[in-house]
Amino acid sequence: MVEMASGEAMATWLPIIWIGLLGAAVALYVVLDGFDLGIGILFPFSPEEQDRDVMMNSVAPFWDGNETWLILGGGGLFVAFPLAYGIIMSGFYLPVIIMLLALVFRGVAFEYRWVSKPHHRWWDIAFAGGSITAAFMQGIILGGLLHGLPVKDGHFSGGMLDWLQPFPLFVGIATVAGYALLGTTWLVMRTEGEVAVQAREQAPKLLLAVLAAMTIVSLWTPLAEPRIWDRWFTLPNLFYLAPIPILTAIAAVTVWRGLANHHDSTPFFGTVAMFLLGFAGLAISTLPYLVPPTLTIWDAAAAPSSQLFMLVGTVPLLPMILGYTAFVYWTFRGKVKPGEGYH
Amino acid sequence: MDLDAVFLARIQFAFTVSFHIIFPSFTIGLAAFIATLLVRWRITGEERFQRLAKFWTKIFAVSFAMGVVSGIVLSYQFGTNWAGFSKVTGNVLGPLIGYEVLTAFFLEASFLGIMLFGWNRVSPNLHVLSAVLVAIGTSLSAFWILSANSWMHTPAGHEIRDGIAYPVDWFAIIFNPSFPYRFSHMFTAAYLTTSIVVLAVGARYLVQKRFEEDARTMVRMGLGMVAILAPLQLVIGDLHGLNTKEYQPAKLAAMEAHWNSNEPADFILFALPNKERNGNDYEIKVPIPGLASFVITHDFKGTFKGLNDFKPEDRPPIAPVFFAFRVMVGLGMLMILMGAVGAYLWVRGTLFQSRRYLTIVQHTWPMGFIAILAGWWVTETGRQPWLATGILRTYDAVSPAITFNAVATTLILFVIVYTIVFSMGVYYINRLIDKGPSGAAKDPPRGQPTRPLSAAEDATREAIIGAN
Repeated sequence: MVEMASGEAMATWLPIIWIGLLGAAVALYVVLDGFDLGIGILFPFSPEEQDRDVMMNSVAPFWDGNETWLILGGGGLFVAFPLAYGIIMSGFYLPVIIMLLALVFRGVAFEYRWVSKPHHRWWDIAFAGGSITAAFMQGIILGGLLHGLPVKDGHFSGGMLDWLQPFPLFVGIATVAGYALLGTTWLVMRTEGEVAVQAREQAPKLLLAVLAAMTIVSLWTPLAEPRIWDRWFTLPNLFYLAPIPILTAIAAVTVWRGLANHHDSTPFFGTVAMFLLGFAGLAISTLPYLVPPTLTIWDAAAAPSSQLFMLVGTVPLLPMILGYTAFVYWTFRGKVKPGEGYH
Repeated sequence: MDLDAVFLARIQFAFTVSFHIIFPSFTIGLAAFIATLLVRWRITGEERFQRLAKFWTKIFAVSFAMGVVSGIVLSYQFGTNWAGFSKVTGNVLGPLIGYEVLTAFFLEASFLGIMLFGWNRVSPNLHVLSAVLVAIGTSLSAFWILSANSWMHTPAGHEIRDGIAYPVDWFAIIFNPSFPYRFSHMFTAAYLTTSIVVLAVGARYLVQKRFEEDARTMVRMGLGMVAILAPLQLVIGDLHGLNTKEYQPAKLAAMEAHWNSNEPADFILFALPNKERNGNDYEIKVPIPGLASFVITHDFKGTFKGLNDFKPEDRPPIAPVFFAFRVMVGLGMLMILMGAVGAYLWVRGTLFQSRRYLTIVQHTWPMGFIAILAGWWVTETGRQPWLATGILRTYDAVSPAITFNAVATTLILFVIVYTIVFSMGVYYINRLIDKGPSGAAKDPPRGQPTRPLSAAEDATREAIIGAN
């Protein structure tokens, strides 16, 4: 009896622990790769070659490690929730594959741009195009997932172009704007001169756009989905959840004031806070569903013994990984100056 | 999903995974080679070891980046095209792949940056340690992914409930019956492939009479490894074959195009397997009766299962397995010959003067890559019609909602993007080799070290500008 009870407790708690870990990995990915994808999105607005060199140098030592979190996101979903992994990947078949190809192009463009100078025009286009496309597709996948996927017999049962709807496309555009905001505030923090001045001018416009997008998504989702309305706008939930929009507004004001008062770091960290709060808001809207409106985290979970076996290793390994990552960021600390680097 | 779409999805996976495996097979060995050079540099203080390490690090960076971008694709393709695979085997294989990400990918990605650009930012010992950690990371990655792959060939430590595999014994899952053989075979293959590339590049310089001191070090280190590993690989391959006989007899029968289990098998050099009449056309055999039986059972009169023991729907495609196996073994024999002749010349003291040997050897650099691809085609095609032997057929693993048009579109996109991106990468690596160690091994510039590949760019740009 004791064994059965503990088995049931594991089946209840392990999926909760894993959705927490997976959520943390995805949030880290969004913030970390968000700012370096943002640099690519901003490329078309900085036509000068020297400015582009500085922008690229500011993220160059980190992008490879940042993208490893994307592998952990995909791999983690496969490990902890294999059923949801199969459904989500086949449901967003085209956006996922286009995103991956955009990342291939962009990752290599990062490197070949320097080799091909002075004939690097095409790699500039590949870098910007790849970054914009990857961000747009990530937004589409997020929007489509919030909207929900039809499932039959444990498989995705919709069409290949189901994601081609106003809401996912809107979230796609919002994601591009959001990553661009992370990119500008990163440049404010890590660069000097012309690049930093321009980023400080671009950031407030992007901030307004991102706030507008967050407001629209916050109204659109509860109006479209009754379960999301019930989650947020019933008592007592309304009181418990009110801090999230309030803190988001405070973070936005911090970013705005930091930009106006010539602070270097507060705009970036304020933007990160906005992203994390927005992410938390989406999680509150969606949980306990992993594939709304049918599959909860418990429906989609791997066998408890699989989740436990993986958890035993993750507990010591994840802090070590965070340690390496911090070490790399610390090793390559400091502002990037124009003309620095390998070119 | 119709049959044609399944076939296209298989082509797509074969294409992306074959392209991917080229780069890790090179970087696993190269990471260890660079770490060895750096450790020898710290111990002896000889500058040539550092110079060679810097030169090969640039080539490593280009190959590694291509391995990473093509690898990310694979971690998502399991779900996009093969949702049935993740549903049925996810409980067992998910954690193995999860451990690969956590123990290997982050270790590699983090310390690669320091290995490439840490020259001025960390102490020499920490720098050497970073190179060693990258080498350990690549090996750990191979360990986990080969364990997962081996389980698909020889599943163990699980139980099936409602058609889904559940783990019972993790030790039995990780160290499943074919894993020790597959891991040793692939690991040796990776080291052998890198050693042949190092040997061939050294030989190229000696023939051209450039960078001769560095070239002799490369030839000695590369040849030493080939002379030992090539024969060793024959022994490991034989043991792997015995394991296949026990657990995947249909694959072994296809490798030998062996139909009839009642008679000892001759060693077939060439044949066209004919499914219509359950036999081979145009057979050419080694004129020693029962030689294949001797190789497989270690007895000239020994018998092993033939293709006729399996229903047609349970047989793998015969011709691709049969021919790819011959390509792999043929190349392996040439590697043994190359190592033995080189060792003989080395002992006689005429290795570096033997122009004929060096002229031939400089062109052998692709041998390892072709042998590895052929070997993977043998084992993966030979596993068909199963995706996980006895548990899941390939046909049942495909995502039901995926349409022919969607798979065809993405396949075309993959082919275009990979062809552009990877042919340029190979072009840049060749340029780097052409430029050579002295030219490439400049002091790293001051200021903020930047991208993982920028070391390569510097030398490559010079090479291009120099060539124009």
